[in-house]
Amino acid sequence: MASETAVFGQTRGMGELIEIADKETELAPFGTELAKLGDERPEIVGLTADMGRYSDILPFRDAHPDRFFNVGMAEQNLILTAAGLAKVGKIAYCTTYSVFVTRRAYDFVAIACAHSKANVKIFAGMPGLMNGYGATHQATEDLNMMRGIADLTIIDPCDARELRQVVRAAADIPGTVYVRLLRGHVPVELPPEYEFVPGAAARLREGDGSVGVIGTGYLSGRALDAAKAAEAQGVSASVLHVPTIKPFDTTAVLEFASRHERLVVAENHKTTGGLATLVTEAMFDAGVLRPVVRVGLADGFFECGSQEYLESKYGLDLPRLLRAIVDGV
Amino acid sequence: MPATLTPPATADVVALREHAYELRSLMMTMTRGKGEGYIAQGLGIADCLAALYFHELRHDPDDPDWADRDRFLLSTGHYSIAMYAVLASAGYLDEAELPTYGLNGSRLPMSTFDVTPGVEIVGGSLGHGLGQAVGMALGLRLDGSPARVFCELSDGELDEGSTWESAMGGATFGTDNVVALVDCNGIQADGPVTVAIEPVAEKFRSFGWDTREVNGNDLDELTEALAASRERDGRPKAIVLRTTPGYGVPSLVSRPRAHFVRVTDDEWGGFMEELEAGRGK
Repeated sequence: MASETAVFGQTRGMGELIEIADKETELAPFGTELAKLGDERPEIVGLTADMGRYSDILPFRDAHPDRFFNVGMAEQNLILTAAGLAKVGKIAYCTTYSVFVTRRAYDFVAIACAHSKANVKIFAGMPGLMNGYGATHQATEDLNMMRGIADLTIIDPCDARELRQVVRAAADIPGTVYVRLLRGHVPVELPPEYEFVPGAAARLREGDGSVGVIGTGYLSGRALDAAKAAEAQGVSASVLHVPTIKPFDTTAVLEFASRHERLVVAENHKTTGGLATLVTEAMFDAGVLRPVVRVGLADGFFECGSQEYLESKYGLDLPRLLRAIVDGV
Repeated sequence: MPATLTPPATADVVALREHAYELRSLMMTMTRGKGEGYIAQGLGIADCLAALYFHELRHDPDDPDWADRDRFLLSTGHYSIAMYAVLASAGYLDEAELPTYGLNGSRLPMSTFDVTPGVEIVGGSLGHGLGQAVGMALGLRLDGSPARVFCELSDGELDEGSTWESAMGGATFGTDNVVALVDCNGIQADGPVTVAIEPVAEKFRSFGWDTREVNGNDLDELTEALAASRERDGRPKAIVLRTTPGYGVPSLVSRPRAHFVRVTDDEWGGFMEELEAGRGK
């Protein structure tokens, strides 16, 4: 840990996932991959709104200082500056906390970026319930908000392996992209052969058809852990990972839903307006009717506290997922 | 690529006045087609647009995507009537298309979209222009391009906090290839500007911008300020334009509700006579 900190000199524990204690992890996969991509593609620039340290973008700054801009605590101007850079041919990767880019800079993302299909790639730190500073810092409705913006691609990666691929893929996805960032020591959950395909869901585990879990973000990794634990209790669950929230892979979700007796949807987000809403909308429209348990956050503003405490109290942790898979509640 | 890569050392102000007259005339024609529009603001900014497109800007209507072109960003999208007039006059649009201004299905919508040839950004959500100008300027500087970015914004738009975030950004990054053109016409949607935005020039100076203040309807003052704004001294440039809404058509200048004007067929002929009477002045 000490030597890694010396290498990057900037990373801290806030926003790290609770799984890291017993899992293989990678340190700052976003910033290290972006720094490498910047070597290959001179048109890439990096920006932050005073959140370089807590978004892991500093390895890019150190590798490409002339192409890095810190606009200070000014998220609206972060998005405008990124849009301007994009409109003269740059690919602008920008970072701040998810709450600030969504709640504060929404109009700027919609009009200055998405409306013009500007090549702005927003890596939004600490999405969902990943910050111990309470509701001001917890973007628990960001998917709901951002899916309302036309011509915006939305990605919620599962782990370090996928995040690295998303960093690269985002450069070639036309237009504006919103990515839910994982930072610090990020677990590796997906197998080495995993390949992120923009817009496509991925089957991670095949059970016996009794129960299927549809997840996004790091909850897909936790769903894998829960499915393994459920096996010991005699329940064989499948897991479908939906990294791209928009455009939504309706075909894969319906195919998965239709061959399971009941479903669990898992997301680090409120249970309305995010993945569960997308899944149930698609199922209802297609007449695929199955019981669905939504694992996620109830409506509300959430308190300060440790990641473990918050996830346990508000129902995102492994026991909650296991109960949904095994007991169907 | 245009033959002239740098703006002329001296301005032909007489010719620019004629260009400004032509822009006003085109705007009045557009207003007649639609019967309404943001004509007062358009008439007010016409001299500035004439000075830019026929003197200061390095641009090429035959190559609107030329990488090293100077950019002009119209932040106040509702000034579209003026934008289309100057784009037609400069050769980006066919004048025959102008009567479609504001009509359903037109490429010339009431508020500017960047799908119209020569329009660089989606305007109209106020507070969006200046930050994009600074971002473009940073990108052009990284590329070693000589191009500059001119951004029109309005006094009403100074109410938006993002404008000041962007003003700080321009000073922080030393984008001396940005020129902010702040149209202070004293009106906004509900009437006269009510928020305490003055002193505008002092505000921009204190934010680190090399700032000048001119009569925005005086082409001698305008071209002089634009020439001074060419200096690359590490400071972004601002020109505060004191403009008169409706300038050139006295009856519109004196109209009490000038933000959005309806012009009847009966009035239109008289307005055109007033415009003609002031031609070249």
